Amino acid sequence: MEVLELARWQFGITTVYHFLMVPLTIGLSVLVAGMQTAWVRTGNQRYLKMTKFWGKLLLVNFAMGVVTGIVQEFQFGMTWSAYSRFVGDVFGAPLAMEGIVAFFVESTFLGLWIFGWDRLPKRVHLACAWAFSLATVASAYFILAANSWMQHPVGVEFVDGRPRMNSIWAVLTNNTALAAIPHTVAGAFSVAAAFLVGIAGWHLWRGRREADEHRAVWRSSLRLGGLVGVVAFVALVVTGDLQGKLMFEQQPMKMASAEALCHTEQPASFSVLAVGDVADADCEDVKTFTVPALLSFLAHNDFSTEVRGIEDLVGEYQARYGTNYPDDPALGELAGKPIDYVPSLPITYWGFRIMIGFGALSAGAGVLALWASTSPDRRSRRRRFAPLARFRGRIPDTKWFPRMVLLGIATPFVANTAGWIFTEMGRQPFVVVPNPTGIDGVWMFTAQAVSTISAGEVWASLISLTAIYAALGIVEIFLIRKYVRGGIEGVMPPPPPDKDPDDTDALAFAY
Amino acid sequence: MDLVTVWFCVIAAFWVGYLFLEGFDFGVGMLLPVLGRGDTERRVMVNTIGPVWDGNEVWLIVAGGAMFAAFPGWYASLFSGAYLPLLVVLLALIGRGVAFEYRGKVDSPRWRRTWDRVIVLGSWIPPLGVGLLLSTTVLGLPLDAEGNRIGSAFEALRWETLLGAVALAGFSLVHGAAFLALKTAGELRDRARGLARGLLPVALLPLFGLLLLVQWQHGALWTAGSLAVAVLAAAVAWWRLAQVREGQAFAALGVLIAAAGVTLFGALYPDVLPSTVDQQNSLTAAGAASGPYTLQVITWVAAFGAPAVLIYQGWTYWVFRKRIGTQHIPQVHVPR
Repeated sequence: MEVLELARWQFGITTVYHFLMVPLTIGLSVLVAGMQTAWVRTGNQRYLKMTKFWGKLLLVNFAMGVVTGIVQEFQFGMTWSAYSRFVGDVFGAPLAMEGIVAFFVESTFLGLWIFGWDRLPKRVHLACAWAFSLATVASAYFILAANSWMQHPVGVEFVDGRPRMNSIWAVLTNNTALAAIPHTVAGAFSVAAAFLVGIAGWHLWRGRREADEHRAVWRSSLRLGGLVGVVAFVALVVTGDLQGKLMFEQQPMKMASAEALCHTEQPASFSVLAVGDVADADCEDVKTFTVPALLSFLAHNDFSTEVRGIEDLVGEYQARYGTNYPDDPALGELAGKPIDYVPSLPITYWGFRIMIGFGALSAGAGVLALWASTSPDRRSRRRRFAPLARFRGRIPDTKWFPRMVLLGIATPFVANTAGWIFTEMGRQPFVVVPNPTGIDGVWMFTAQAVSTISAGEVWASLISLTAIYAALGIVEIFLIRKYVRGGIEGVMPPPPPDKDPDDTDALAFAY
Repeated sequence: MDLVTVWFCVIAAFWVGYLFLEGFDFGVGMLLPVLGRGDTERRVMVNTIGPVWDGNEVWLIVAGGAMFAAFPGWYASLFSGAYLPLLVVLLALIGRGVAFEYRGKVDSPRWRRTWDRVIVLGSWIPPLGVGLLLSTTVLGLPLDAEGNRIGSAFEALRWETLLGAVALAGFSLVHGAAFLALKTAGELRDRARGLARGLLPVALLPLFGLLLLVQWQHGALWTAGSLAVAVLAAAVAWWRLAQVREGQAFAALGVLIAAAGVTLFGALYPDVLPSTVDQQNSLTAAGAASGPYTLQVITWVAAFGAPAVLIYQGWTYWVFRKRIGTQHIPQVHVPR
């Protein structure tokens, strides 16, 4: 069914693209608000320079995040109208709340922050920074509550063929959402942290031989990034483990697919890597390194729990949700066909591993950054660890260092993307996953969710959106590169040469 | 009044708020090459909406989100039925939003010219497309019993809906010119006011054409009243522009778009999207609405959220209330 495939590709592409901008915006806006707070409290120019520099990069990214988000708001109705009709009663509420509570605050106070440097009292201007940065977090909360409802529907009853919401409280405190939100926000902070570490590290390396007047700015940024990166990783591990345990209960098929666990095991071992095709009929043979009983621990906090494999689960799903799609002409060529309950195993298996691996890489970069920027006076007080001591408190004078830190920026982006692809593709063939302990009738197959529009329409949007996103992505990277290279001078306007009596009213910032 | 009707009114209010706030946003962008002589004047124009355009645009997002929450059937049928027009609007809004933010980030005439073109295009297309979408929801689509569009991808393009497209673009032009007359200083202000006066009688004709058509086809007595208010408001705006009272002229244009919204949505009710093939298939407010519990929940959210939005957005306009002239534009400062 062509429209279904195209619509899935389009939603995937636009969402993955949107989520390249989003985590950087969330993490960086809170950190910039923190930098500005430090400036307002201490009056130290270093923090003002940090606020201006990172704030400028934030704005370049923010614009792209906003415009790619607009598409998301309408895409449900455009390409997934059957889904929208089915879930609108419950799914629409968090979206409307997000708009009223978060988007208005974010957009209005960002405008005040950008243009208000000389129009607002210092503290009011700082409050604007906090307002828009906290609103970005609030919007993440609402949209993740909506997404989590698709993964684990709660707070509804089934009336007249549709879910009817009966508790917004249950929807907003869905345990799936409460685990997904800190995980996603921590992921956002790891993106911002790697961004700080990479760019500040590169500037420190560039100015390593001369007396750079902005050295303190870069050093503070590097240390902030390193610290946030490490803390975020700890939070990611804790919340990820929590999410995993929920997933074993709520979406056993997703976790079995994450492990490419074909057969039920007790105790179950965790596969670290695989060589060959994990979607192979006997996928156990392709796994190379496995850690005995670890999967049982991840599932249930002990080393002996049985973890059900894909084969068992398929039987159970067929018994509960049917073996064949309904014979509905709206389903096109899938009508009456058997339902494939197994998600794409290579994607879930490798998505899970890439997420964890790249997340750990970016945390490692944070540790190195903290190590490399330890202050010299503290060095003398500690016992030296000989092989690493020469890196401590100084920036290595080699060509690989800048390449490494700049590449490091990409690692949390990769981890975030892989994590979301795993989450979303792991729930196929469902768009609303049935709650195994829950509500009768409240689930939906992705094949039933798509609009009755022509393939030509989806081709038009898929091509045009992908093209415009790609073009603007190049422009954004070009601008970020330009402002990174421009350093502090590029964002701090030079002091006015002579005050012109007519010119005292010039705007502090104008587009 | 039951909650379904309340939410029909709330969504109409979100759309009117959007048309009022982004009407002048779009107008400023549409007039960029007409009124802006030289880069500094163009920067003056862009900066009249600089701090507020993003907040204004959120009204569209919230109008869409509120439709999803309160009337999922309306949201699903209108936006899948008029897929291509909405797509074109979204593409234009993507370019436009980025253009404002990126325009001044590189100091090169070519760079700025390119982004100016994106702003102009991105300001012309959305009012045309939104005008088309809103007139489509009043005048209907060929819907089957499930609320799905029958027929080709171009069903939303008819001469009546194209009139709706031109109507909103015409209003945005006048509204933008009046806003510039209110927000700029010096020569630009005089030119903007002159243009607003000259444009007003011509550019508002399609809007009145659309309103008369809707009134004639679907209207009630009270929507004829709001139509009369709209005509009166246009006359007042023209007169106050002649008297150099730009603020009052701008307010009168606000009354005009509100009255026009009342006429359009008033004529639509109790339908939300009529079917042009069979009356039985028309989407009604009651049929497309969410359950009573959901409506209660979002009523609480809107009851507290919307007044707060009005207060702090109003405060933003107060903070940036000063007129801007070419003398206020700082030098471009970007990295080499």
